[in-house]
Amino acid sequence: MKALVWHGKEDIRCDTVTDPEIQDPRDAIIKVSSCAICGSDLHLFHNFIPGMMPGDIMGHETMGEVVEVGSGVDGKLKKGDRIVVPFTIICGECDQCKRGNFSVCETTNRKRHLAEKVFGHSCAGLFGYTHLTGGYPGGQAEYLRVPFADATHIKVPAGIPDEQLLFLSDIFPTGWQAAVQCDIEPTDTVAIWGCGPVGQMAIRSAVLLGANQVIAIDCLPERLSMAEAGGATTINFETESVVERLNELTDGKGPEKCIDCAGMESHVMASQPDTLLDRAKQMVMLESDRPHVLREMIYVCRPGGIISVPGVYSGFSDKIPMGAFMNKGLTMRTGQTHVNRWTDDLLRRIEEGEIDPSFVITHTVPLSQGPEMYQVFRDKRDSCVKVVLRP
Amino acid sequence: MFHFSNIVRTDGDPKIIEGGRSLKRPADQLARALGWFSIGLGVVELFAPRRVTETLGMEGHETIVRAFGLREILAGMMSLSVDKNAGLWARVGGDGLDAAALLSGLTADNPKKSNIALALLMVGGIAMLDYRAAQDTKPRRPPRDARRKLYPNRSGFPKGIESARTAAKQIAAHAKA
Repeated sequence: MKALVWHGKEDIRCDTVTDPEIQDPRDAIIKVSSCAICGSDLHLFHNFIPGMMPGDIMGHETMGEVVEVGSGVDGKLKKGDRIVVPFTIICGECDQCKRGNFSVCETTNRKRHLAEKVFGHSCAGLFGYTHLTGGYPGGQAEYLRVPFADATHIKVPAGIPDEQLLFLSDIFPTGWQAAVQCDIEPTDTVAIWGCGPVGQMAIRSAVLLGANQVIAIDCLPERLSMAEAGGATTINFETESVVERLNELTDGKGPEKCIDCAGMESHVMASQPDTLLDRAKQMVMLESDRPHVLREMIYVCRPGGIISVPGVYSGFSDKIPMGAFMNKGLTMRTGQTHVNRWTDDLLRRIEEGEIDPSFVITHTVPLSQGPEMYQVFRDKRDSCVKVVLRP
Repeated sequence: MFHFSNIVRTDGDPKIIEGGRSLKRPADQLARALGWFSIGLGVVELFAPRRVTETLGMEGHETIVRAFGLREILAGMMSLSVDKNAGLWARVGGDGLDAAALLSGLTADNPKKSNIALALLMVGGIAMLDYRAAQDTKPRRPPRDARRKLYPNRSGFPKGIESARTAAKQIAAHAKA
């Protein structure tokens, strides 16, 4: 089959690889109908997340049709079922899964010894990601083996196009969880840094959860226009001071809820010296992440407020203003997404026409053009916001 | 190359049968080679500065050679990073500093001045490669004033934003009640 394979920093190729096989009774194989490139795939493309190996198949936003099931799937899936594959692989049986903390499933990371060394404890296995999270082959391919398939799936009905359902795999529940973690009240202002695909979903989620005001921060006109279309007031950080403008929009009090959808690769600007220093340190491996957004959120968030971090961080961040964080009594909530905790509700909202996540797609291309699209997406060429690949 | 990656793959996971085309350009390979060269030279300058100064007849300048070594290592690491263009321009600047330092030692009473001339020639050649690689690896982001598509009609709410807001308010009011 064809698959997008990681060969090294900025080197993803469309290779021919062997087809996946059932390895465990709980496995299923799907024929991929649609998959997408995620912003966090760019962290892997840049080799900022440790633990990638040449030959790893990329991709964790995937859906398709079940073509083979293992003997242990217990009738929960059958050939012909249409499923979206959540990016977190879950067993559905461990303590954490029972609590709904699916992204920290205690069973599915097959290389847990690596994660335990780095993070102290293991988290769930993830598709198409680092070997710290199991090194499972990803779904930017024609076929995908789904481990623990009896639990790791979202069954979706026929009649709704792939474009509306595909993002149940990651960005929609990720944006949703980011907003839910904020405990949004009807009087709240929610400020969202980064208007990439997750940021766009977080904006819509904050609106659906009843925020009084949603403010979106980015510098790209196409993303800001999409954010505005979703009901956000926008701030272009290249032309305005984010802190001044946020205070202005909140009567000097600051937003009660702040969401970081930028993560470890914050934009670098000469007018923000800390971003330059972070970039320099990251280049010479003195710091793994560029946490400018975290600093700014802690500084501007209203005392007693909540900071939600769906953006990916990989290792070590410097100069986090813990003094401000502690003295302002802020709360930080973060984590990979507990996808299956949210998908029943989100699927219902899609079915009822409350939201249509396909609004975010700007490019749809064959899988074979995937390597080029990684570059287009990374360079923000052609006003690219979200790429869907068709195997 | 992929045969090694196939060996270390977990049993049962897909293995590469035929490699696809790499989008890496020759300039990317050159940047990588220059990055490793920079680190190698930097290590020599940092840890064996006396060998360098003796070869050039510039004894007494070990501290500056060490500083140059550190600069070479940092520029090399930058050239190997995602921001290779910045690293390569740092190397071009460094080549200028190297040339200036070498010229200061090119005096009539230096018995090793032929070595300095040779070193200058090498610096000139490397500088040309650095410049070429820096030119060819410029970021391909669209210019700031490039025309961009806008998406003002993509709300994501098929029933409209007001409908979504009203529904949210009703849910909040219901929860409060």
